Amino acid sequence: MDTLASQIEGGAQTARVASPEEALLADAVRTAAAEGRVLHIVGGGSKVGLGGVPRGSPLSTSALSGIVDYDPAELVVTVRAGTPLAVLQGELARHGQMLPFEPPDWPGATVGGVIASGISGPRRPFAGSVRDALLGVRLLDGRGQVLQFGGRVMKNVAGFDLFRLQAGAWGRLGVVLEASFRVLPRPESEVTVTQRLSAAEALERMNRLAGQPLPLSAAAHVGGVLHLRVSGSNAGVTAALSSLGGDRLPVDVAAAFWASSAGLPPAAAIESDASVAAPLWRLAVPSTTRSLAAEGEVAIDWVGGLRWLRSDAPAEVVRALAAGLGGHAAAWRGNLACPVMHPLDPVTAQLHRRLFAVFDPHSVFDHGRFDAA
Amino acid sequence: MDRTPGSPLLLQLAAALPADGLIADAERLSPYASDGLSMYRELPLAVALPQTAAEAQSVLRVCHAAGVPVIARGAGTGLAGGALPRSDAVVLSLARLKRIVRVDPLARVAVVEPGVRNAAISEAAAAYGLYYAPDPSSQIACTIGGNVAENSGGVHCLKYGLTVHNVMGVRGLLADGSELVIGGAAPDASGLDVLALLIGSEGLLAVITEVTVRLLPRPRVAQVVMASFASVEDAGDAVAGIIGAGIIPAGLEMMDALATRAVEDFVHAGYPLDAAAILLAESDGTADEVADEIARIEAVCRQHGATSLTTSQSEAQRLKLWAGRKAAFPAVGRITPDYYCMDGTIPKKHLSAVLRRIAELSERHGLACANVFHAGDGNLHPLIFYNANQSGDLERAEAFGLDILRACVEAGGTITGEHGVGVEKLDAMCVQFVAPELAAFHAVKAAFDPAGVLNPGKAVPTLHRCAEMGAVHVHGGQVLHPQLPRF
Ligand SMILES: Cc1cc2nc3c(=O)[nH]c(=O)nc-3n(C[C@H](O)[C@H](O)[C@H](O)COP(=O)(O)OP(=O)(O)OC[C@H]3O[C@@H](n4cnc5c(N)ncnc54)[C@H](O)[C@@H]3O)c2cc1C
Ligand SMILES: Cc1cc2nc3c(=O)[nH]c(=O)nc-3n(C[C@H](O)[C@H](O)[C@H](O)COP(=O)(O)OP(=O)(O)OC[C@H]3O[C@@H](n4cnc5c(N)ncnc54)[C@H](O)[C@@H]3O)c2cc1C
Repeated sequence: MDTLASQIEGGAQTARVASPEEALLADAVRTAAAEGRVLHIVGGGSKVGLGGVPRGSPLSTSALSGIVDYDPAELVVTVRAGTPLAVLQGELARHGQMLPFEPPDWPGATVGGVIASGISGPRRPFAGSVRDALLGVRLLDGRGQVLQFGGRVMKNVAGFDLFRLQAGAWGRLGVVLEASFRVLPRPESEVTVTQRLSAAEALERMNRLAGQPLPLSAAAHVGGVLHLRVSGSNAGVTAALSSLGGDRLPVDVAAAFWASSAGLPPAAAIESDASVAAPLWRLAVPSTTRSLAAEGEVAIDWVGGLRWLRSDAPAEVVRALAAGLGGHAAAWRGNLACPVMHPLDPVTAQLHRRLFAVFDPHSVFDHGRFDAA
Repeated sequence: MDRTPGSPLLLQLAAALPADGLIADAERLSPYASDGLSMYRELPLAVALPQTAAEAQSVLRVCHAAGVPVIARGAGTGLAGGALPRSDAVVLSLARLKRIVRVDPLARVAVVEPGVRNAAISEAAAAYGLYYAPDPSSQIACTIGGNVAENSGGVHCLKYGLTVHNVMGVRGLLADGSELVIGGAAPDASGLDVLALLIGSEGLLAVITEVTVRLLPRPRVAQVVMASFASVEDAGDAVAGIIGAGIIPAGLEMMDALATRAVEDFVHAGYPLDAAAILLAESDGTADEVADEIARIEAVCRQHGATSLTTSQSEAQRLKLWAGRKAAFPAVGRITPDYYCMDGTIPKKHLSAVLRRIAELSERHGLACANVFHAGDGNLHPLIFYNANQSGDLERAEAFGLDILRACVEAGGTITGEHGVGVEKLDAMCVQFVAPELAAFHAVKAAFDPAGVLNPGKAVPTLHRCAEMGAVHVHGGQVLHPQLPRF
């Protein structure tokens, strides 16, 4: 047996105590490990197409629900991973707070799914990403052990940051059972202005503005229109607006625009048009990268750091383009036979394989969505 | 291995380095015998001072082949013994890799070598109205490589984040010399977030040879409020009140009476000597934003019983008010022969309880303690007074320190907020983590450095050490991961 528990006597400091719900999941993982079966973790099961059809039997986190600890004055919330994102956001909003990284709120999405997919919204360049807001996790590893990394405090450098590693790990390293986030106060005022500009002009303008002390909170270019959002105190926003110019968007229109992740069509549309439209690519590149309109760019977000491309070009071509620009390309949607994630260089790929073995030595957790290594 | 001139290892290292790039005589090794945790000293086998990443790579290859441990070092300001040498190890100083490779004002990034001082980045970016936000009090000396290794914070990290929030990419070398490129000027990288894992890894996973940092626009205006309180509780309530009001100050610092008095005697910052605690709350942004926020901060402080309020009316006054806080460590150094700086973090709501506990412990251990506190993010720096020349004092200070860290963990906090574990908090790690978690840390270390060459023995205690402390029980002498070094 390789379980550490079998080698260590019981005692307060030798293992974390699992809740009954956690213990059931731990049993399922241990059984799968013993039988050589694969599990795929399901949060809200929003069943998105990334990485094709998941393999193995589903392991649902739905029993792990609810907010564990929330004290607004601490700016920290601890929540079980199966909690619907909407429930968490509702509770934060009641106290005038929010998750800094503005996660896209797909119907049914869970907190664990949001962490695992590591997807941040338009506020990301100004307020940080999922992993930036993560303060700690409880994790069920591939041996069925409950591990706790990080904590519920704002600053913590004890041990390696294995909690941040869970953001964007697609469940490959284990089941996130519970997580603590740093939260932010909701801005008193938030206004979006638009301006019709070419992609090249918009890129220049948004990068310039991001270098000035303005309360910017989002900058995207979609459909030939630059969208700039400013957030903060009434006084600060009013002052910023006078220097920005542009047309003010109605509040509900602006909210809908940013909620759709910089104007990407809603989920259903992306699913249904996959057969007709060219594959959708997500490129992360240096923010001042030229407009990729000629290569199929349909939207620019994150002050230029995030580009959405519709392209029929072979995967190698899109990937060479991204790599040449100093970034990477993920195959987001469409009939693509290539790996979802941008392939890794040999040194990093080897580190990935070793890290997978650290957390999941029996390869219990589905890695269809994590095939970069 | 020996330090004898002409030993095979030294010859190989000398061949890999520029003419003055190798130190192996006791006299010149002595400045490298400790870092900022000066109570521990040890002379290394040699110090290698490469000027380029390629030379650093050669040093690693030589040492890896010979099985000689390598300890990376920046400016040696670390407070946890992370850069403490061992007699069988080579210290790899990155201090001469100090080129600012490029500053890109439009993309708001700077690419720098690891030996660049933290403050030098902001100096290089100043011409463009930009700066690098994390500002440890040691910023004029400490290097960005050390900051990355420790995930350092500063007085402005409540609003602007720690090193991990402001570094976009690194280039590094694994123990065997292979090159690692993680992230860069793009917002994220493919695969697992290895960058987040490297930041704060205390030189155990890789040697950092280049760092890409995010630059922020310098705020137009900054103003600071200094508020005094008749009790620590009132000051703590004011902190909760400010944040509860939806304000994230650019800095929010607290000092207790002992620290305030030490500082005032030293820098004459204008701090009141009769307050039980003082609070410094800074606001930055545009003029309108700041005026609005300062008014709200003042109101909250008054509401929580502030006995006096001073708001900076000029940049000079703002800097003077901060100078006190920034000089807190040296100021305390003037009133005690030695002090031992702790670094626990707690949920802010337990501040009063933990400070009361520290006062009790101070009495029990018979040593005074001044408290400096990054109040906004709950990071405590109790400074324990002791006299290294008095036998038993250091041991008492260490026992007191460990008790403080236990109290932090009991309050739901952590043993280190920003200084790292190094050699100093190995025992405290046994209090915070259970055996399988420590085993996971060792396994992650082995994933990067299977031979255990980089900074061995630091940051993560062996399970045996914890067992000796009584924190972890190892069954029947059976040892976990028997291949791992003990102690
Ligand atoms: C290709 C793709 C495109 C997307 N595009 C958009 C978009 O444009 N807009 C938008 O709003 N959302 C989008 N999402 C949805 C995104 O997945 C959701 O925002 C949300 O994070 C999913 O939550 P869920 O609970 O439904 O997760 P699930 O769909 O159940 O799971 C998502 C992934 O996370 C893992 N996982 C789930 N819970 C845990 C846990 N507790 N611990 C460890 N791993 C876990 C799963 O194994 C799976 O790999 C997209 C997702 C994908 C894959
Ligand atoms: C007066 C004073 C005030 C301080 N204030 C603060 C503060 O406000 N906030 C804070 O967070 N810290 C503070 N510190 C602690 C210290 O300055 C930081 O930890 C700093 O980041 C250390 O940088 P350094 O270059 O001196 O690193 P060193 O002390 O030389 O090394 C620190 C660690 O980093 C590793 N390391 C160094 N360079 C590299 C590299 N290139 N690659 C891999 N590993 C490397 C070393 O092996 C070691 O483990 C303070 C220290 C002092 C003395």
